[in-house]
Amino acid sequence: MILRDIAHTRSGDKGDTSNISVIAFDPASFPLLKREVTAEKVKAILGDMVQGDIERYELPDLGALNFVLHRALAGGVTRSLALDIHGKSLGSLLLSMPIGDAKTG
Amino acid sequence: MSKDHAAPQGVGRKVRIGAGAGFSGDRIEPAVVLAESGNLNYLVFECLAERTIALAVRTRLKQTELGYDPYLDERLGAVLPVAVRNRTRIISNMGAANPVAAARRTAEIAAKLGLGPLKIAAIVGDDVLPQLRDRDRQLIDAPGTVLQWQGELISANAYLGAEPIAHALAAGADIVITGRVADPSLFLAPLAHEFGWKWDDWNLLGRGTVIGHLLECAGQVTGGYFSDPGFKDVLNLANLGFPLAEVSADGSAILTKVAGTGGRVTEATCKEQLLYELHDPTRYLTPDVTADFSTVRFAEIAADRIQVSGGGGVARPQSLKVSVGFREGYVGEGQITYAGPGAIERGRLALAIVEERLKRLGHEILDIRSELIGVDSVQAGRSPAEPPREVRARIAARMRSRAAAELVGREVEALYTNGPAGGGGASQCTKPVVAVVSTLIERDEVFPRIHWESVT
Repeated sequence: MILRDIAHTRSGDKGDTSNISVIAFDPASFPLLKREVTAEKVKAILGDMVQGDIERYELPDLGALNFVLHRALAGGVTRSLALDIHGKSLGSLLLSMPIGDAKTG
Repeated sequence: MSKDHAAPQGVGRKVRIGAGAGFSGDRIEPAVVLAESGNLNYLVFECLAERTIALAVRTRLKQTELGYDPYLDERLGAVLPVAVRNRTRIISNMGAANPVAAARRTAEIAAKLGLGPLKIAAIVGDDVLPQLRDRDRQLIDAPGTVLQWQGELISANAYLGAEPIAHALAAGADIVITGRVADPSLFLAPLAHEFGWKWDDWNLLGRGTVIGHLLECAGQVTGGYFSDPGFKDVLNLANLGFPLAEVSADGSAILTKVAGTGGRVTEATCKEQLLYELHDPTRYLTPDVTADFSTVRFAEIAADRIQVSGGGGVARPQSLKVSVGFREGYVGEGQITYAGPGAIERGRLALAIVEERLKRLGHEILDIRSELIGVDSVQAGRSPAEPPREVRARIAARMRSRAAAELVGREVEALYTNGPAGGGGASQCTKPVVAVVSTLIERDEVFPRIHWESVT
């Protein structure tokens, strides 16, 4: 199972900071999201794209997590040489995250 | 004129507010559909991105009657006849770096269309460049101070809030044109005006900000920026309907769109947009309020009708955020395609050749990036399991002068006859770089005021 099977994501940008919301399709999956989708696993997928810290906020009423990624947009929308200057595609990259291990997944 | 506005009266009344644009280059016709069939009291156009205003300042310096949104003529030309007929008031930040000229131009457009009488308000005072030149300030999203930043300081715009817009509405404005205003404030202003919300009723201001935030990107809450075939399907995106909210005096709302348009409004589309560009969900800072989005709830009450409730806020931040624009040279870019066996190797060779050529030409390279689109342009250091049948090599560099930046694209084009086999479809572009960073300014240093234009 990958994240795409249980949640959807959206990326936003402010300056050199990106945020990615991870929202459970079914609110009942929220505990699983909370357990599986950690800041460490987000960092493992995005790697060096994120130069700063990653913060995670929990929104139990919405069944969602919000990740704030500092220094993640190559200097910010206005200076970046990247093709995707806004980092719109970051949330989609996250959807490949494996959820659960081979035994439970 | 204000007595004629289609403002609802009485207990339980609702204010109907639509979003006609989520950015300057947005589609025009969904706004006309909203004005035509949305039965709206207000139609709001959010058209001003962070860096746009800095570029617009430069335009204004060259041509004093410009510096407002380049699509103002087209957008208002299409929408005004319908909006005026339906007594829908218009609010927009299309004033960009020159709200007064934008209001004047709006009056000309309305007069030419035979519309009127109309009162048009321009909100000015967001330009705080003189204040920043007078006293240096710490940056909040980068190290150092404003005056220490490399590059030429070209613009400084404070984020104004909802109050000056609400004052203009109270004074009878049919159209309000602003420069830099916090996006949700464009929507909060008419709600506060209509419902008489006090400027220290933080919970109501927070809820109005939630509604503004949900609407400000227009199609992003009605199924745009959402579809993922097989997982999140959205029908008829080519005819995407833009959103409208039916807002109650307690700050709750129903979010919907005009029947028959494409897209969908669901709990999922609303959740994605609520969290869009959000950091700490309990502290969304605007000039009006520190809003709490964490307690917002969505419930589907019918197809494409979502009840929005909850949300709140605490006292507004003491100071205002300022977007500061600096010129930082030019970016030159070139792209070229390779296909067939060895496409990746030829693409990488092409990039290496251009990098070496740029070094040989001797101009200072401030920043450079090269990549293969389809392989590693989004995320560096990745290689595909299967070699792709085609790649597009891209190289971009930031240089001090336009002439030096243009060499990037020219060197990519030169690969046609000097580079690896089979390079095709070379393209190039060069554009000025405007870096935008942020600082803070005290409220007593900023003086919003209203400039009036009228159509008789």
